[in-house]
Amino acid sequence: MPIALFRVDERLIHGQVTVGWGVRLDPSRYLVVDDPLATSDWEQDLYRLGTPSGVEAHFLPVDEARAELPDLDRMTGVTILLTRDLPSMARLALDGAMEGREVNLGGIHHAPGRTQVLPYLALGDAERSAIRMLLDAGVRVVARDLPGTAGVDGTRLAG
Amino acid sequence: MSSPSSHPSDPASNPASHPVSDPAVGILVTHGAMSQGMVDAVVKITGASEDVLVPVSNDGKGPDALVAEVAAVAERAAGPVVIFTDMGQGSCALAARFVCRDPGLRIVLFGTNLPMLLDFVFHRDLPLDELEGRLVARGRSGICALDREVAGANRPLPGR
Repeated sequence: MPIALFRVDERLIHGQVTVGWGVRLDPSRYLVVDDPLATSDWEQDLYRLGTPSGVEAHFLPVDEARAELPDLDRMTGVTILLTRDLPSMARLALDGAMEGREVNLGGIHHAPGRTQVLPYLALGDAERSAIRMLLDAGVRVVARDLPGTAGVDGTRLAG
Repeated sequence: MSSPSSHPSDPASNPASHPVSDPAVGILVTHGAMSQGMVDAVVKITGASEDVLVPVSNDGKGPDALVAEVAAVAERAAGPVVIFTDMGQGSCALAARFVCRDPGLRIVLFGTNLPMLLDFVFHRDLPLDELEGRLVARGRSGICALDREVAGANRPLPGR
């Protein structure tokens, strides 16, 4: 089954994802695509402890996930793919790997250099550049923290 | 060869089993305004001072900022630390697990409720492992449903 949700969320596997999106999509697994996390067993264990019972959590580096996307799309059950930042999602979309797909911007908190554009979204130059990369790669970008809330088109956020 | 008394599982060598010289400090880590609301309720009911149970919300904080805030409160505590979270999953639980990763007099209790917090205020001088079991039991026993049969009974007023 094709990956059901590509989401950028700093908090990765957390309540809004497991409850807000999880109840709607009923995932079999969370796939966290993150270079540092992919090499940290103890951090992976911490995230797994917070994953709902019966749902798997897997961790892959960005380049490996991009190469395996066709196979990941064929896994049985529902998959939610998460990156903690926009640049990682933009790297995942290189070489047309995600053309025609949609990326959900769910949670990027304020930090130096970022401007709050939505209650759950703060963007700086790196984030806006990544949004443009995704749009240029044929990926639709929509900001939406929860399934029932109104989405904001990424073309309005790219700057 | 290490002596039996130095084995980690031996209560005599486990610092969590020892009487504490400083009572435990509580940190309540939750989503939204829940932590401040619950601490307000605890203070109103018990009269406890604000340094007994410290509220931390994940509002507006990325994962690193939340961990840093919880860690800062924990490090200021002179004695043991009990971190309470709203549930066992999510960013608050993850931050609590990060802060308690290193060994020390710190425990985490997930899925807190008011009976648990009230009991903590009055028993935070107990050894940590005893406090942990007590608070889990108190939290669980604080969850119950209204007995409909009794509520619907036609009962006379006391003294009549």
